[in-house]
Amino acid sequence: MELNADANAELLIQVIDLVKHFPIIRGIIGRKVGAVKAVDGISFEIPRGRTLGLVGESGSGKTTVGRTILRLMEPTKGQALFEGKDVFKMRPSELRLLRRDMQIIFQDPFGSLNPRFPVGDIIGEPLLVHGLGNRKERQNRVSELMEVVGLRPEYLRRYPHEFSGGQRQRIGIARALAMNPKFIVADEPVSALDVSIQSQVINLLEELQEKFNLTYLFIAHDLAVVRHVSDRVAVMYLGKMMETADNKDLFSNPLHPYTQALLSAVPVPDPDVKKQRIILQGDIPSPINPPKGCVFHTRCRYRFEPCDKEKPEGIDVGSNHRVWCYLVAKQ
Amino acid sequence: MALDSIFSVELAPSFSYWQMVWTRFRKHRLAMFGASVIIIMILLCFVAAPIITATTGYHYTSMDLPNRYALPSGAHWFGTDDMGRDVLTMILYGGQVSIEVGLISALAAVLIGSLVGVVSGYFGGWIDEALMRFTDVMMSLPYLPLYLVLAMAFGPGFWTLIGIFVGFGWMGDARLVRGVVLSLKNMEFVEAAKAIGASPWRIMLKHLLINSMAVIIVSTTLLIGGNIVGEAALSFLGLGIQPPQPSWGNVLQTASGYIFAPGNGPWLIFYPGFFLFLTVLSFNFMGDGLRDALDPRLKGYR
Ligand SMILES: Nc1ncnc2c1ncn2[C@@H]1O[C@H](COP(=O)(O)OP(=O)(O)OP(=O)(O)O)[C@@H](O)[C@H]1O
Ligand SMILES: [Mg+2]
Repeated sequence: MELNADANAELLIQVIDLVKHFPIIRGIIGRKVGAVKAVDGISFEIPRGRTLGLVGESGSGKTTVGRTILRLMEPTKGQALFEGKDVFKMRPSELRLLRRDMQIIFQDPFGSLNPRFPVGDIIGEPLLVHGLGNRKERQNRVSELMEVVGLRPEYLRRYPHEFSGGQRQRIGIARALAMNPKFIVADEPVSALDVSIQSQVINLLEELQEKFNLTYLFIAHDLAVVRHVSDRVAVMYLGKMMETADNKDLFSNPLHPYTQALLSAVPVPDPDVKKQRIILQGDIPSPINPPKGCVFHTRCRYRFEPCDKEKPEGIDVGSNHRVWCYLVAKQ
Repeated sequence: MALDSIFSVELAPSFSYWQMVWTRFRKHRLAMFGASVIIIMILLCFVAAPIITATTGYHYTSMDLPNRYALPSGAHWFGTDDMGRDVLTMILYGGQVSIEVGLISALAAVLIGSLVGVVSGYFGGWIDEALMRFTDVMMSLPYLPLYLVLAMAFGPGFWTLIGIFVGFGWMGDARLVRGVVLSLKNMEFVEAAKAIGASPWRIMLKHLLINSMAVIIVSTTLLIGGNIVGEAALSFLGLGIQPPQPSWGNVLQTASGYIFAPGNGPWLIFYPGFFLFLTVLSFNFMGDGLRDALDPRLKGYR
């Protein structure tokens, strides 16, 4: 895998200033009393055939980003361009066609498969819904997909509960592949699996990417996994972007104090990285009432004068490495 | 390659969901008893009754006045009634109507209730609010006075009875299904169905209702029993099936007037009462067994 995302490569996905607030409704008349600011002005892009790793603590809004750009949730504001076309402006008929190109792989290998559907029907459902092929052709396609993801096609009459976690994840992957998508959101696709199975599934995802020129938004907690699969990495905290850089730059030269803290928490076998464990103080604040200024300032050990007043602008420190931090701005 | 190791994994022999349900159901003694009684009852009412008529000429219209209140004999197993009709024949033809009313009204009510429940739970918001308030209103209406009005307007009878049982019977199932749908609709397989572009109808019918089948089947079974009792109660009050067409309710009603009659008189109330009791009990036993078999987690819940 190449380490540097080619700046000239065609952008498949461009997300511009995405905002998603969940209104908090109280009372019988449905008065809006506030909002969960799950995603609060995020921008990123993914070139075709590449992987963007999206990391951040639980509750930072990663899943919300993935689901809004697939229009599984309606955004509050912003744009998400797929091949230059704004997904958020699409009419239902256009959106239906888009579903063939954009797919999702879920975290939970148990909850993501309908327990009453045989595996063949699960994998073939996208084809059925879109009226692609006749019965026979769909069946052939299902067998082919099962082989592609490493499942025996004879098992197509079996039910999800008969498979192991890793195998179920493969079923979910086959379903996502059914219509030959271009873009896949993989929302923590391995975090529910045994460590021994994780690498198999990751290898499968990488093989598939190469074979079908797939573009991934890879959401994960586990930085080791992200480091392994991503061309570029974006770090989120409380609905905001903290830092984004090419894989190598981010791991060898993390500039945001939050990224540094995240990296220090995992054993990274890299002599370039300073081996001092940074413990983040306190809990992640509530996204209903995020801190003013830089949202991270309440837990930042470097915070100084402007941090709790104005929110920082993104600063490009070169080679497309952007950081949203006053500390970096000062230098 | 990593794939080879996966290919070599053998799965144990497969049992479909319905095979497992049957295995569990079979072990439930009372449910098996209930199911057997129901099957026998249906065979008796719908198959044996016409055969009896064909071979003996007994029918609910064939009176034999000299032979009133005859005690059980080889010719009349349960004896004869106040008009000399064969009691067994009356009960079997009456059973046809009672079972038909129970079955048709329960199926229709559950169909409507399930649709209301799934739409309400899936869409939420004002649709849910409107449907649930309507459900509340329907539940708080006194149905007996309303049935009197309807019976006067349309005339008491088979379809009026079914109309009222459907009209006032769907709410429980609507609430049950809505509850199940609320617990299912945020599951990832529903999200996955949206992601592949499945329509709301497909999601509701194929994903949500299929996974609500356990509660739907159980509530249908219990409702059939309930509506058979309902038929009996209303017909007993003279508001249901009208003689000479017999039903368990109106046969009971007629019989109640002859408790002090000679011969078979005091027994006339016993035979239909027993058939009614046994049938309703059987539907309830079967409902309990189905609940445990369809979804072992629902045990003890009604
Ligand atoms: N449907 C919803 N309604 C209200 N709030 C929501 C909803 N979905 C998510 N949130 C809130 O939005 C915030 C971001 O959630 P999200 O699931 O996107 O985080 P995440 O980064 O994916 O976390 P995790 O690592 O735990 O999966 C959380 O505070 C969450 O409680
Ligand atoms: Mg998440």
